[in-house]
Formats: sequence, structure tokens, C-alpha cells
Amino acid sequence: MSIEPSVRVEDKLFYNRYLVDAGRAHIKVRPHTTPSPELLTMLKACPARCYELNDKGQVEITVDGCIECGTCRVICEGSGDIEWSYPRGGYGVLFKFG
Amino acid sequence: MIEEKFDAIVVGAGMAGNAAALTLAQRGLKVLQLERGEYSGSKNVQGAILYADMLEKLIPDFREDAPLERHLVEQRFWMMDDRSHTGLHYRSDDFNEEKPNRYTIIRAQFDKWFSQKVREAGATVLCETTVTELAQDAYGRVIGVRTDRADGEIHADVVVLAEGVNGLLGTRAHLRERPKPDKVALAVKEMHFLPRETIEARFNLKGDEGMVIEAAGTISRGMTGMGFIYANKECISLGIGCLVADFQRTGETPYGLLDRFKRHPSVAPLIEGSEVKEYAAHLIPEGGFKAIPQLYGEGWVVVGDAAQLNNAIHREGSNLAMTSGRIAAEAIFQVKSRKDPMTAENLALYKTMLDESFVIKDLKKYKDMPALMHTQSQNFFLTYPELVSRAMQNFLRVDGTPKVEKEKTTFKSFIKARSWSGLFGDAFRLARAWR
Ligand SMILES: Cc1cc2nc3c(=O)[nH]c(=O)nc-3n(C[C@H](O)[C@H](O)[C@H](O)COP(=O)(O)OP(=O)(O)OC[C@H]3O[C@@H](n4cnc5c(N)ncnc54)[C@H](O)[C@@H]3O)c2cc1C
Ligand code: SF4
Repeated sequence: MSIEPSVRVEDKLFYNRYLVDAGRAHIKVRPHTTPSPELLTMLKACPARCYELNDKGQVEITVDGCIECGTCRVICEGSGDIEWSYPRGGYGVLFKFG
Repeated sequence: MIEEKFDAIVVGAGMAGNAAALTLAQRGLKVLQLERGEYSGSKNVQGAILYADMLEKLIPDFREDAPLERHLVEQRFWMMDDRSHTGLHYRSDDFNEEKPNRYTIIRAQFDKWFSQKVREAGATVLCETTVTELAQDAYGRVIGVRTDRADGEIHADVVVLAEGVNGLLGTRAHLRERPKPDKVALAVKEMHFLPRETIEARFNLKGDEGMVIEAAGTISRGMTGMGFIYANKECISLGIGCLVADFQRTGETPYGLLDRFKRHPSVAPLIEGSEVKEYAAHLIPEGGFKAIPQLYGEGWVVVGDAAQLNNAIHREGSNLAMTSGRIAAEAIFQVKSRKDPMTAENLALYKTMLDESFVIKDLKKYKDMPALMHTQSQNFFLTYPELVSRAMQNFLRVDGTPKVEKEKTTFKSFIKARSWSGLFGDAFRLARAWR
């Protein structure tokens, strides 16, 4: 999974403000042994790079940097790979400009 | 449970929800509006061009205090290949009028202002509240909503779903399907800050004059997509979006695409030295007329992006959202005035009224466009921009080649890339979809 070297998503997310709802992830990945093609797509398609492969080759999500676009829901909810909701009211990304 | 019963609950405080809540409150209805963000606008992303006409219908004197950035006097369309762009620019002093027609805005700030108007009109606005599902009775009629607040069930005669493109509640209640990957685009955008004078010098602007660039071509790597560069007062909105299905197919990353766009030799000098202050992403409905779902039912109506009311060809969305919100509210007011119940039969009035407006008429006009752009994305977004660039360069470069030969070369390159029938077919299909 090669990412364009100059692009560091972490740096981009650093510009943003978030109120993280600790311990209450609004998106959950269904436990699996081998990831579906849909889940693998998310390694690249998520604009905040929330999806990553762990060392067992499974796809994991860390929602702290999520910008709540819904792309992973459009791609993965139908196959049952993820459960997707919005964060609780007031939590999540807080755009200053939008 | 909140014991109070409302005439209407509006879910979402974006363009559509604010227009609906404002109109309902102005007509004297008891309105509750629920928004999951810290304030109206804190979750919303747009380019953003505001179309004055549709806002004027809601707030005639909006120019007095709305947070507007620049009024547009110039529009540039760029067809890009990797090293060049071929542009069509339109600029007119006519746009420097007393009541300008289009403005750039910053959504988080604009929505906050809009929400204040909704409150002043008498609606109750509750932010930091996520609606988790619709409350339905035993017959499936929508009777209210459930929220993530303690004892969060609230009842109303009608629920206006202005929940934006993801439309989670509607899907959960089986009122409509989840958006499909080939019917929504994912856009990423950044806010680039520069001193005001620098922006004005770089874009040839004076005072509050503004300009926008819409760009298409190899920047989307053969995917159906567009880039944009909009001048605000002290910052530049810059972004790019492509169909989700295309990201899925190609494995391109959204941020990779954005960074390539920023590094393009035509773009880089415009943002040089800027300070980036935000990175955002959002979906845009792209399915057009054929993707519009059921718009009303027992105790509910759906407006704005949640109803996929978006004109991707003209980059219009917020105006369709505002107009559908206003029209839904007017229909609800009429049903209420007749003391009729909020049944599907009565709420069908909303669709009748919307069909008569520019919203549905415009979307109908381009009904074949989304499918054409998607199936022909390689040609429209890769092959043609490259061909046009080569043709332009061939035309302009003075190198001793006789002009007749230059023309022949250009001609041949087009035929070679697309064949006669391909060229005619594309032109024909495009013309038909445009009709
Ligand atoms: C990058 C980009 C550029 C664009 N450029 C333009 C442009 O230049 N001009 C133009 O006219 N249009 C443009 N659009 C389209 C335009 O932004 C949308 O059409 C418009 O915002 C739709 O308004 P809406 O009210 O339907 O949805 P939104 O503005 O998305 O509002 C939905 C609201 O509902 C809230 N919400 C959602 N679910 C819940 C829930 N369960 N509980 C509580 N609250 C909820 C959200 O927080 C949000 O505030 C652009 C879009 C994008 C992404
Ligand atoms: S909603 Fe968007 S940003 Fe959040 S995890 Fe899904 S794809 Fe990534």
C-alpha cells in the first residue's frame, strides 16, 4: 500500500479541531480473519486514513481523526463489514470554516 | 421524554434545514430543530458559492449582515493536463451590481448566521443533539424522533428530514436506500490563508470582487471528478472531488489527488506561501434526477442533499437545498392551515410544488448526464484534456512547421485517440444529455 510520499494525512488532521468521545467509537469494524475487498478499499479511500492494517493482516479503525464524511459507510456498510453512526451530539470534528 | 408536542421537527441545521425551520417559524408553527454539531455549521462543508436569489426569497435583506466573502465577477473553467490548462474565462463588470448574484461564503460562519435568523423567527434550536432514529407508530407513521439525549423521544405532527447527503435516519427507517458509490462523490478541501492584498493581486481582484476556478481533466486521474479554487477575502478554498465508485476502482487516495492538484504548475503559484488552517471532507450527491428517492410519506418529508437534490453539472446544491426546504415548509403550512393531518396523501403537495420549481426542472434536464460522465470518464477526464492541450500547444508554438501540417497533426491525434465514430458518438451523447 504505497502512499504518495509527500502526503502526510496526520499533518493535515492536525489543522482540525476535534472533541473526541473517548471510549465510544462511532464506527466499528466487524471482527474478521481476512478482510473483504471493501474493507481493503478503505485503507486508501478514507480521507483521514482512519483504516489501517494490523500485523495480523486485519483491518482496524481508529476514529479519532474521522471527518465524518460517510465514505466508508457507502462502501462497507452494505456488506456488513462496519457499523456506522454519527458521534454523539457535540462530539467529533468541529469545523471552523467547513 | 420531552412532553411538549411540536407542529414540526426539523432534523439538521444545514442549508435545507435552516430554510425549512425559518419558513415554518415565520408562518407561526411551533418548530423544534435538532442539530448534532456544536453549532449550526460546525459539521458542514461546501466550496462555497452562495446563490443570492434563493436566499433572498427567505431573507430579503440578507446582504445587510450575512457573513459574505466576495461577490463573483469572474468565472474560470480550466481543462487540465499534467503540465498545462486550457481556460475559458468569463469576467464582466455587470457583476459589480448593487445586488450581486453570487458570493463566496465560508459555511461554518454562514450557517451560524443563518441559524441565528431561525432562532429570531421563533424556532427552538437544539444543538449538540444527534437524532438516532425516527419514532414510528404501529402503522409505520412517523410520529417524532429519538435522540442521544437522556429520555430523548420527542413528538411532532411532521418530521422534516434535512439530514444531509448521508441520510442515515431515512435509511434506518427504510424510507430510502443508502447512497450508492456511483451516486456520490467524495470531495476533500483545504483552507489556504494569505494576506488579502496577495489574493487580490494573484487573482486580479479589487475590493470585495471575487473569482472562482472550476477545473477538470487529468487532475482526476481518469475518474469522474472536478477541482475547484475559490477566492474568499483572506483565504482560498481549494479542493477536488471524485465519485466514490471511482476511488474504489482506482485505489487513488483523496489526499494524494488533492496534493497533486496543489502541485500542478498552474495551481502552485496561486497558493504559494499560504498557511493551511483546515482539512475537510464531505460527500456530494451526484446521481441527479434518477437518484431522487421518495420525497414524502406518513408524517415526514425529505429535503436538500438527503433527497439527493444536487445539480452536479452546475455545481449547485445549497440553493436546491434552501429551495426544497422552503417549499416543504410552505406545503406543511398549507396542510396545517386546512387543519388536515400530515398524511402522505396531503404531504404529496410538497412534491407537486417542487416539481413546478427550478429544482426538479433543472435536474430533469440533465437526467442522462451523470451516467454519461461516469461510463465515459476516461475520455472526458483523461483523453480529451490531453488532446486539447496538445492541440493548443501545437497551435501556439512557432517552429517553422507549416500551419496546414500543424492542423493535420492535431486532427490525426484526435482521430487516433477516439476514432471518427468515437468523436461523433461522444459529441452526440453529450449534446443529447445537455438538451
Ligand atoms: C466540497 C463541496 C463543495 C460544494 N460547493 C457548492 C457550491 O459552491 N455551491 C452550492 O450551492 N453547493 C455546493 N455544494 C453542495 C452543498 O454544500 C450542499 O448541497 C448543501 O450543503 C446541502 O444542504 P443540506 O442542508 O441538505 O445538507 P447539509 O448542509 O449537509 O446539512 C445537514 C445537517 O444535518 C445535520 N445532521 C445530519 N444528521 C443528523 C442527525 N442524525 N441528527 C442531528 N443532526 C444531523 C448535520 O450536522 C448538518 O448540519 C458543495 C458541497 C461540497 C461537499
Ligand atoms: S467517515 Fe470518512 S473520515 Fe470517517 S472513517 Fe469513514 S471514510 Fe474515514
